[in-house]
Parts: sequence; structure tokens; C-alpha cells
Amino acid sequence: MVEILNIFIMLMLVITALAMVSSRHLFVTVMLSGIFSLLIAASFLLLDAADVALTEAAVGAGISTVLFLGALALMDVEETTRGVRRIRMVSLIVVAVTTIFIVHATFYMPAFGDINAPIHQHVAPWYIQHVPIHMDIPNIVTGILGSYRGYDTLGEVFVVFTAGIGVLSILGDPIKNRQHRPAHNRGLRHYLIPRLVGRMLIPFIILFGLYVQFHGEYSPGGGFQAGALVAAAIILYALLEGEDKALQVIPMRVLYIMMASGALLYGGVGVAALLMGGNFLDYSVLASTPVAGQQWGILLIEMGVGLTVTGVLITIFHAFAARSNL
Amino acid sequence: MDVATTLGWLAAILMLIGAFFTFVGGLGALRMPDFYTRMHAASLTDSAGPIFILIGLMLISETWLVAIKVFTILVFLLITGPTASNALASASLLAGNKPGLANDQSEAE
Amino acid sequence: MLWVELYHYWVFAILLMIGLFGVIAKRNLVKKLVGLSLFQSAVFLFYITMGKVDGGTAPIVGMTDSTDVFSNPLPQVLILTAIVVGISTTALGLSIVVRIKEAYGSIEEDVIHEKDRAE
Repeated sequence: MVEILNIFIMLMLVITALAMVSSRHLFVTVMLSGIFSLLIAASFLLLDAADVALTEAAVGAGISTVLFLGALALMDVEETTRGVRRIRMVSLIVVAVTTIFIVHATFYMPAFGDINAPIHQHVAPWYIQHVPIHMDIPNIVTGILGSYRGYDTLGEVFVVFTAGIGVLSILGDPIKNRQHRPAHNRGLRHYLIPRLVGRMLIPFIILFGLYVQFHGEYSPGGGFQAGALVAAAIILYALLEGEDKALQVIPMRVLYIMMASGALLYGGVGVAALLMGGNFLDYSVLASTPVAGQQWGILLIEMGVGLTVTGVLITIFHAFAARSNL
Repeated sequence: MDVATTLGWLAAILMLIGAFFTFVGGLGALRMPDFYTRMHAASLTDSAGPIFILIGLMLISETWLVAIKVFTILVFLLITGPTASNALASASLLAGNKPGLANDQSEAE
Repeated sequence: MLWVELYHYWVFAILLMIGLFGVIAKRNLVKKLVGLSLFQSAVFLFYITMGKVDGGTAPIVGMTDSTDVFSNPLPQVLILTAIVVGISTTALGLSIVVRIKEAYGSIEEDVIHEKDRAE
């Protein structure tokens, strides 16, 4: 039965992707990409990746769509040129040939779901076996993310941080850009019902974000998902009440501090482990017993991740929003 | 028949009804004549459809905790779905998109 | 039943190539970015697909007491972080597109090339 659902979602994915690329209207493309994200999140859930599905649903369907729409507000939504016919033909041939090569390669892949596939033989069983022993937390994904692959995650947090700085330096300081524009953007103030319902929902979204943040060791969740959820709540507030109100709630200065302090907290935990006699990002030395130390370490670095992701995503939104009417 | 089997059958029937509404909604969204009637059909898929499907799921959930979670999802869907439809309709009306059937009637008179 | 064992990979190949087509054939810069994110999503799907184990559950100990078989958590960890990094880099790309639009008045590659040549 699950197989039928799988095939159905896979078909929908391909159809949506085709429609995304072939649509001439960019607005339609962006809306379809939201649908694509929800579909692929459902597919991740069927493939047992609950954490990934949660992230994709919050980031792909929520924040990515808003960012693309914010950028589209600054440009034409109609694709005007169709391009040279020869180039289209050549790229079609390239794509078709490459597809054939990849499909040919799949015949040498292990079968879908085969437990004897090489990927399941080496380090993964060790992780599954040792997360309950080393950290005593149920969510193995969080354990690997925070501790065994802590270096990796630290790098990702710095990439997110750098991307935030990059967007700011390309689009300019939102506060300075805002001074040039007439103050006519009042959000959805004249839409009574969406505004009231939105206001009612925002506290629940933030509450769910905090739950996902601090319950991430026990159920699907963690800093990345929580950051995306809280950022979505604040962006929803900005869309409903206008960016001025949202900037009063969380000013840019606070957002900058959030961005930097999250990354700093993560690195600081690593340095603290160094100072207390362990290796960099080895949390075992942080508390009296190694297991408690690991738990403290994961809790702290997840908080750092959450802070940085929230700060960066809201900052990027404000940077795009302040650019309109410039 | 024991309680569990009865509940299972009841859940199956409810979910079939919900699936029917979702299907009709999807069909209407494709076949209805103008934007507002299409939207009306599409809003079936996030009101009537999920009500029956989620109540069906609540009946066969293994623990109380799962049932309460599903119920919460139902409540949020019932709040957000109609709001989204309302926002869509008022945005379309503000953009100057008049309901098509009203025009037909005025022409007939 | 060979195709049941492999169709996930084929969907990955098709999605990957639709994304690649968007990047190389479309002349609109936003369309190229959408193609790039499609390409990215296809890779995500590929990783998660490889991590699936038949009869396995989500890698959370104690959620279900019946099974001890978990799907591979390692690809999930990699993709979880990659999704958030992906949106950040897409935002970076979008901001460059916004600046290009402000400088050239268009996001169509052909128009931009013409203006460059005219200068």
C-alpha cells in the first residue's frame, strides 16, 4: 500500500517539476515550487526521514516561497525571451543523454531498501548502536548532528551566517534603505479576517518552534527546524502588520546580535571543551559524567544553531522587503 | 464484533467519505466555470475532506496522545483553511475580478 | 520486479535533469535559480532514498517498541543541514539577481548581454 502512495507522490513530483520549468509566469513557478516542497516533504516522511521532512516543510514551503515572492516584487514576473532555439535543442539533447547515462548507472545500484547495501554497513550501524550509550537520547539524528558530526554542523552554521552577511552586503542595510521609502506599506491591515487569525496563530507557531527546539533530542526536531519555524512566525507577523511593526518587535540590532551570538555560542562550546581538557567539540568533559556532558553540549549547540538560523532568515527577509520602492 | 473492529469499519467509512469530498473538490477546481466557484470547490479539500479523514484517523489511533495530536491538527486546519480561502477571495475581488455567474444573470434580465 | 527496486533512482535522475535543463536552457535568471533549487532537491531525494531500509522506522529509539530496524540516520543528518544552507545560498543568489535587475533593468540574459555589448 505504501508503495502505491510512493509512486503517486513521485509522479506528482515529476509533473510539478515539469510545470515549474515550463511555466512562463514566474509567479506560477514560485507557487509550484511551494507545492513541490510539500510533496517532497511527504516523500521524505515516507522514507523515514521525519527530521528532514519537518525542515523541508518549514523552509521550502514557508520561507523559500516568501523570499522568492519578495524578490519577484522587485522585478518583472513575465518571462519575456524564449531564448535561441538551437541552444534549447542542444540542452535538451545534453539532458536526455545524461538521463540515459544516470538511469543506466542505477542498474548497478543496490535495490531500494536493501539492508545489505554498502551505505548501511560501515559507520551508520555504529552510530545507531552508540548514540544511546554515549548520549542517552532517543533521536539518533540529533545525536549524530550535534556530537559525532559536530564539526560538520559547525561549518554549516557558519555557511548560513556567511550567507546572511552576504545578502546584507549585497542588498544593503535594511534600516538605511527604509529611510528612502514612503511609509505606505501597512501589511494586510485592511484584510480583517486574515489579520485576526494570523495574530491568533503566531503565538502557537512560536510555541511549536520552541517545542521543536528543546524537544529535539526526544522527537523529530532541533535547531535548524526551530529556527525556520520561529522565523516563519516573525515573517508572518511582518506580512500581516507591515515591516515597521515587525522591526519594533525584533529590531535589526537584535537580529545582528542573534546571528553572531548563535555561531559564537557554538564555537564557544567547542573552545570550552578544549579548555576543560577535552578535544574541540568533545562535550564529554563539560559535566561530571560523559553522558551528561554530551547532553549539555548538544542542548547548547542546538540553541546556537537555532539563534543563528532564526536571525539570518529574518534578516534576509527584511533585506529584501526594504529594497522594494527604493 | 468487538469494539476495535467496529471502530475500524467506522473509520474506514469516514475516511472514504473524506476522500470523496477531496476528490469532488479537486474535480470542481478543474471543471467549475469561474474563479470563485473553482475556489469554492477547492476549499472543500481543506474543510470537509480533512474533517472526515482526521476524525477517521482519530478513531483508529493507538494512544490518546496521538488522537489529541490529530484533533489539534484538525482544529488548526479548520481555522486556517477558511481564512486562506477568504484572503484569496478578497484579494481577487480587490484586484477587480468580478464573479462570473453574477454577470450572466444581469445579462439575462 | 526490477523497476519497483529502482524507480526511486529514476525519479531522482529525471528531477535532476529537469533542474539542469532549467539552469542551462532558460534565459531568465530567476528561472535559473528555480532550476538550481530543483537540482538540489533531487540530490536531497537521492540521499534520503539511499538511507531507507525495508521495514525500518525513523531513527528515534523507543518511538515504536516492535522493531529494532532503523533507516540510516547519516544521510538524514547531511540533508537536514543542507536544506537550511540551500535556502541561505538561494537567498544570496536572489539578492544578486535583484542588484542585476536594478543595474540593467532586466533579468533576461539576452537583454543583459546586449547592454554589455552596447557599452
